[in-house]
Amino acid sequence: MSVVGNRELHQLTLTEQSAALSAGEISSVELTRHCLARIDAHDKTLNSVISVGAGAALEAAAVADVSRTEGDSGPLLGVPLVHKDIFCTRALPTTCGSRMLESYTSPFDATVVERLNAAGMVTLGKANMDEFAMGSSNENSFFGGVDNPWRAGTVPGGSSGGSAALVAARLASVATATDTGGSIRQPAAFCGVTGIKPTYGRVSRYGMIAFASSLDQGGVIATTAEDCAQVLQAMSGADPRDATCSADPVPDWLAAMRSVKDLKGLRVGVPEEFFADGLDEAVAIVVRDGLAELESLGATLVSISLPKQSLGISAYYVVAPAEASSNLSRFDGVRFGHRCEDPQDLTDLYQRSRAEGFGSEVQRRILIGAYVLSAGFYDAYYKKAQQVRQVIADEFDEAFASVDVIAGPTTPTVAFNRGAKSDDPVAMYLNDLYTVSANLCGLPALSMPCGFADGMPVGLQLIARAFDEERLLNTAHAFQQATGWHAVIPEATS
Amino acid sequence: MSAAWECVIGLEIHTRLQTQSKLFSGAANAFGAEPNSQACAVDLGLPGVLPVPNREAVAHAVRLATAIGADFARRSVFARKNYFYPDLPKGYQISQMALPVVGPGVVECALNDGTTVQVGVTRAHLEEDAGKSVHDLLDGFTAIDLNRAGTPLLEIVSEPDMRSAAQAVAYARHMHALVRWIGVCDGNMQEGSFRCDANVSIRPAGSETLGTRTEVKNLNSFRFLERAIEFEYTRQVELLEDGGTVTQETRLYDPEADETRAMRSKEEANDYRYFPDPDLPPVVVDERFVTAVVEAMPELQHVRRARFVNSLGVAPGDAAILTNDRATADWFEAAVAAGAPARLASTWLIGEVFGRLKRDELNLEHIPLTPERFAGLLLRIEDDTISGKIAKRVFEALWESGDTADEIIEREGLKQITDSGAIDSLVDEVIAANPSQVAEYRAGKTKLMGFLVGAAMKVSAGKANPAQLNAALKAKLDI
Amino acid sequence: MSLDKEEVRTIAHLARLSVEESRLEPIAAELSRVLEFVDRLNSVDTRDIEPMSNPVSSELVLREDVITETDEREQLQKPAPAVHEGYFTVPRVIE
Ligand SMILES: [Mg+2]
Ligand SMILES: [Zn+2]
Repeated sequence: MSVVGNRELHQLTLTEQSAALSAGEISSVELTRHCLARIDAHDKTLNSVISVGAGAALEAAAVADVSRTEGDSGPLLGVPLVHKDIFCTRALPTTCGSRMLESYTSPFDATVVERLNAAGMVTLGKANMDEFAMGSSNENSFFGGVDNPWRAGTVPGGSSGGSAALVAARLASVATATDTGGSIRQPAAFCGVTGIKPTYGRVSRYGMIAFASSLDQGGVIATTAEDCAQVLQAMSGADPRDATCSADPVPDWLAAMRSVKDLKGLRVGVPEEFFADGLDEAVAIVVRDGLAELESLGATLVSISLPKQSLGISAYYVVAPAEASSNLSRFDGVRFGHRCEDPQDLTDLYQRSRAEGFGSEVQRRILIGAYVLSAGFYDAYYKKAQQVRQVIADEFDEAFASVDVIAGPTTPTVAFNRGAKSDDPVAMYLNDLYTVSANLCGLPALSMPCGFADGMPVGLQLIARAFDEERLLNTAHAFQQATGWHAVIPEATS
Repeated sequence: MSAAWECVIGLEIHTRLQTQSKLFSGAANAFGAEPNSQACAVDLGLPGVLPVPNREAVAHAVRLATAIGADFARRSVFARKNYFYPDLPKGYQISQMALPVVGPGVVECALNDGTTVQVGVTRAHLEEDAGKSVHDLLDGFTAIDLNRAGTPLLEIVSEPDMRSAAQAVAYARHMHALVRWIGVCDGNMQEGSFRCDANVSIRPAGSETLGTRTEVKNLNSFRFLERAIEFEYTRQVELLEDGGTVTQETRLYDPEADETRAMRSKEEANDYRYFPDPDLPPVVVDERFVTAVVEAMPELQHVRRARFVNSLGVAPGDAAILTNDRATADWFEAAVAAGAPARLASTWLIGEVFGRLKRDELNLEHIPLTPERFAGLLLRIEDDTISGKIAKRVFEALWESGDTADEIIEREGLKQITDSGAIDSLVDEVIAANPSQVAEYRAGKTKLMGFLVGAAMKVSAGKANPAQLNAALKAKLDI
Repeated sequence: MSLDKEEVRTIAHLARLSVEESRLEPIAAELSRVLEFVDRLNSVDTRDIEPMSNPVSSELVLREDVITETDEREQLQKPAPAVHEGYFTVPRVIE
């Protein structure tokens, strides 16, 4: 087994792997083999990966090694990763965690995939996820649940549960993920890793199968903020195929964060509502410790109030299902995807293909979405929710007049046991209590590990102004330079 | 039409926009390709694709708004219209609902009987077309071709301002000419580039309230439009007079049976669940874009028509014909620019040129004559070098060869005889050769004048100036 | 706001999802719970508030009118459940 210094390859961060690659200490083929072997060894129990493309990965790694000898020195060249199975790939099937797409292969690569391929990254496989990204526990995957590497039988969070679990277990140093209501941050928190959901429009949604178009945003899960920045840098920027993708230039986040020494002058808003009823006591203590650490690094904590935040979750459960019900209409069994056996007529074809292809949570949300948009209910639900969304955005604007970032817990509790909430959709939805507002308003947000409660990781969430990812990354980087929570590897997979 | 029942008609016209690519994708917007060969991933609604709107489609909306004097919305919003149909790939059509791109306007349309009708245009909105379902290709199956899916449409919705099939046809023809004129749509009705949905209701004459309407879909000829409305009118009158009621429904016109019937697939009431498309921010268009599009627009049809009458002296009826389409008007103006007298040019173009084109089954695009050569001919008529009759011979020769009128006149010696000495000797010759007719004429049978002129013309091989010949003959005979 | 069995039937049809008769009632109850939770939105006064349908504030960039896609039918129809001579096929629809 190859080691760098006295550490095995998987124990290295992406940044360290990249350095070892460019120093010629290891080859991409070696690193890729190591990752594939780890998937072999651990994924039977974790179930974090839906498909693995070992042959193609090793080929890509070999190509990367050749490029490096030819003088290419990109920071991501030859680094292996796993894509959430919501990103379309030509080389591997794209299932979105659904029976509907059980045997679907996309004829094109998502922009994110295209860009990371171009940067020389090596795709190991596709990560498990809640079906069509709908869920907070990964229990809604057609391909089975994912185990949280910290404790067997607990959930990894969702919908990017596979991405978070595999990074926590160090099957790869990094994975792509998406976040519609907390789907990067909540599993990152549950699995003790770092995840960033950038500003809406920062990363192209082309080829990222839509759940709720005005909320979905692609991002990264890694072990450190620095690694997140490395990958996000390559993913971001204008895309002529996505009309909602921002044309704003992408700053050099890495350069910025490497020059950060402390957090002097940073004003951190702490909303009292994030510590109110519903927050687990043990989680609250750990998060407060994390905030104290920020303070000790020079930041000023400012107590703020965001009274409308708690409505975010209600607005979210109107807007997201409404958009989803429409986005998922294309899965009709006509041009691709599951088609039922022997349809009697067109209606039968539609109804059975969709009822068989979609799982129960997806169907539930499609029904809610159809209802809130239907004649007579549009104003009471959909329009009302979009107005409340604006109210919440205005509240954020006001808060950001006096603070630079807003900080608090990522989730109300640590990872729970499988099956604990699967009978109660509303209880499950409350997982996203602190995360949905950033999606409703398109703000960038990040979750990083800040300690443990009952032996399980706790996430600290940071939210910033639109297009101010820099502030999030700098803050998290300074925190991670001073603390070691992000470097703890779950024992079962160390 | 019965005097007791008034017919109320509103039209929705779907015009397919003339663009290279589709409304939201870079696939070709063209008719007649192999099935599904021009349907890209976006048109197929594959998982992960996103729409990006076509600038030229928005420019076309600016043109239409300008042409009908309507508002062009500086901010308009695309919305999703949700319903399931196999030729609607995404399960929704991207259209516009609350904020359409073109606001209200009015057009005045002329009917064949000389009356006019004012029709309000409520709105026009951009939307993507659906694909095509072919029901009779395969036994037991419907075949889906998505080449048409995503092609850009501008749906023009009128107020219920028409009261007869004739008025509806006049409005449809007016809009048809207009969209072609401004280059928005090719107007090809067979290919479905211009299709009408007619909303038809009836009410007791004098009533102000609207009756229940039916919508007759996809009428792709003016004749069908007229027939469908007339059929609907009669059907609804009979229904109500028999004590029945009209059901609000979508109907289809069957040209073979010359009747409309309810569409089965549209029977169930649809709830389209419109909402703003979250994939598309509002279309916000700046002043510069609008100005550039408007400045590049052609002179509008009615403006040009009025100019032909007022500045060029063309007869109003002829001006209407010449401005039926831009190609004709341009050709006419090119001839005038080359020196052709406008009035003469208009009668010759409409009479001789159109007649010849029709005979040869050609359109103006393939005319073997240039406006300059045509003007050359008219100039020789104008300056009396040739008579109108000879001119028709020259015209035929112009059509067949690439020569100019002057070359033909010269080569074939067709120059008109205007020399009075030559005409006098012609007259003398004819009087000498026809003594009995001359005697009869002088005895009072003045009708023989025609015979004698004809005889003289024949001797001159048609080249004598007819007016001079007449005068000279009369002078000699009436002594 | 709560939903009844008939409303579930209607929206299930709108969404083209077949639902077994015995499931209509339990689904109505589930959806009603979600909607109850959503009813909290009514506690906010939203008069004069513009609905926000997308967080994007920048202007829409229009695409130049050029053809960028070529015929890829073979590739694009690979995932199709049924095709015949280049057409997608479904059970016969009667208009
Ligand atoms: Mg219509
Ligand atoms: Zn339409």
